[in-house]
Amino acid sequence: MRKWVIVLLTVILGVLGLSGCSDSDTASGGEKDGKVEITYGFWDKKQVPAIEEIIKLFNEKYPDIEVKTEITPYGQYFQKLETAATGGALPDVLWMNGAHVVQYAEGKVILPLSGMAEKDNYSFDNYPESLIDLYTVDGNVYGIPKDYDTTGLWYNKKIFDEAGIPYPDETWNWEKLKEAAKQLTDQEKGIWGYAALMANQGGYYDFIWQNGGYIISEDGKSVGFDKPEALESLEYNVSFIKEGLSPTQAQMTETAASELFSSGKIAMMFDGPWMVPEYKKNPDLDVAVVPQGKKRAVSIHGLSNVISSNTKHKEEAWKFVQFLGSKEAAEVFAKTGTVIPAFNGTQEAWKESVPNLNLQAFIDGAEYSVPLPSVENTGEIWQYETDILKKAWSEEASIEEAAEDLAKKANEALAK
Amino acid sequence: MREVPLQTEVKSAKRIKVSSLAKTRKRSDYFWAYLMIAPTMLGLIIFYLWPIVQNFYFSFTEWGAFGQYEWTGLDNYKRLLEDAALLKAFKNTSIYIIFTVPIGIFLSIIVAVLLNQNIKGKSIYRTLYFLPVITMPAAIAMVWKWMYNADYGMFNYLLSLVGIDGPQWVSDPNIALYSIIAVAIWSGIGYNMVIFLSGLQGIPKMYYEAAEIDGAGPVTVFFKITLPLLSPVIFFVTIMSLIGAFQVFDLIFMMIGKSSTALESTQSIVYLFYQHAFVLNDKGYAAAIAVLLLAVILIITAIQMVLQKKWVHYD
Repeated sequence: MRKWVIVLLTVILGVLGLSGCSDSDTASGGEKDGKVEITYGFWDKKQVPAIEEIIKLFNEKYPDIEVKTEITPYGQYFQKLETAATGGALPDVLWMNGAHVVQYAEGKVILPLSGMAEKDNYSFDNYPESLIDLYTVDGNVYGIPKDYDTTGLWYNKKIFDEAGIPYPDETWNWEKLKEAAKQLTDQEKGIWGYAALMANQGGYYDFIWQNGGYIISEDGKSVGFDKPEALESLEYNVSFIKEGLSPTQAQMTETAASELFSSGKIAMMFDGPWMVPEYKKNPDLDVAVVPQGKKRAVSIHGLSNVISSNTKHKEEAWKFVQFLGSKEAAEVFAKTGTVIPAFNGTQEAWKESVPNLNLQAFIDGAEYSVPLPSVENTGEIWQYETDILKKAWSEEASIEEAAEDLAKKANEALAK
Repeated sequence: MREVPLQTEVKSAKRIKVSSLAKTRKRSDYFWAYLMIAPTMLGLIIFYLWPIVQNFYFSFTEWGAFGQYEWTGLDNYKRLLEDAALLKAFKNTSIYIIFTVPIGIFLSIIVAVLLNQNIKGKSIYRTLYFLPVITMPAAIAMVWKWMYNADYGMFNYLLSLVGIDGPQWVSDPNIALYSIIAVAIWSGIGYNMVIFLSGLQGIPKMYYEAAEIDGAGPVTVFFKITLPLLSPVIFFVTIMSLIGAFQVFDLIFMMIGKSSTALESTQSIVYLFYQHAFVLNDKGYAAAIAVLLLAVILIITAIQMVLQKKWVHYD
């Protein structure tokens, strides 16, 4: 009898010991000294100074809500969220992008905000309609827009001056871009005219739209990668690499194109406003609107703040999300020149934060912008794009082969 | 005549008494032994055995978002058979094993034998060789990635000094795998070396003295005494390195970018598993890959256990 008591005790002690480990590490924070701690998950460490300032302002209003930040690099962000969501351990408040919002909303791991907003008289009219639409799933708004980004044609003035070519402007089109890239490329100095990035936003998506193509059909059942307009756009992109006007795909994975650009090895490249904090350090760099194809188009995307369903502090999280979406917070983002704030009317302040860059180019782009497509399996389609298109970019496969393969896999994903 | 059966009777009676005593003592010994290993066993069952059982179950399922899954029978295993990427991953992993395991073991034996001599500062050398083992693999991978960088890396800079245009070490599909193998060998030498050193120190001195008297040279001594007596340790290290090499992931994950053109020619089985489990959220199929890998490792280890009788000498 006594022996069994000992066995039982051992087991209980063991189990207690084990559960002891996990108890202290819950993602959804606890309470201490009357203070409520909530966690805020995001990926961009360039925005940390702005976010820290916003949290400071937030604490002036709500001293009892402590916000703990959790940064995960973008490469692992959504993998970590997926696992955390399965285990009910998401941060209380977190960044969401358009590619994942449908999946997360339908998986019921993030909270609809419409009800709370109605109760608190919180208006969604303060943000561009396209962004609210992006985060509306089945009639419910799930995220408060934080910022938006379009793409611009960044260029190095010094390289242009040395080649004696006028800077890019709104009259530029595909032919002009190609022609300038040829004139700017200087193999002896190791300078490429253009970086043909293998990126969807600020890359082949923009070109496909400019050429009159589409990414996902309106009924959401098929993709347009294998259509003639798309093939032509992909061909145009890869031609820069084939003709030696752009670093090869291998070179751009060895050293990121943005690094080559900021160190003066690339004359022109597409990039977003999120690079402003980085590129403004180099006085040679400036930005213009992206060239046009058959028509003007540029992709637009914006992040939003969402609340996880597993939060233990729904009220506090909602207060924080409201504050993140406020004009006050938007002005902090504007002032620091970090991103284009989504709150209507604060964009001017953002533009003026870095006067020596033509930031108007990004705001101009918003007029003819196309939102990134968002369906339940966007994340999976993006993965196929990377896996398959890189073969076309590295010239291992022809554009037609890659596009056909991609369309087949993406259509299968859409049919799930 | 009477005495003999009596004696046996006594003996057998004694034996019965002794054996029942031994039995009770044995039983209580067992009890305490089990009690002592209970905490470890519990951990093992909860964190290792149970996940293996679960993984086996999940290999028959298909996963949706956020932990929903449904039973799909043998579908995942059928997919395994026709997956070209899996075949390629097996090929990559095999190349990785064929190079890292034998070369790694060979080099660590050499280093261990050299550092087993009475040379000056041998503890410093031992520490230096062991340093990569206590360094985080992620840090090792990052530093080597910088050295391998085609445009700004150290290797290509050194090559450029002698007028050679260096390759793209980690982006060229034909070279990348070998670049990773070099790092793996380099970082693995220290660990094996320490095990070999302890093995070398366990070889009795008298064999060497006897060999010296018989006039055997250092090479003969190495092949006739050191190597055979080290064989149990070599066997152990081979099994452990093989299992480790089958599970290679971190170096590839850190050194080869996701959009790298060399990914297909470097991705290992575990990388593919990771890709399906955590990137494509195809956890059922990933579980099937894990089951296959477990089976392959079990079979290869079993074969080694059989073969060892032919070459491992236990004194």
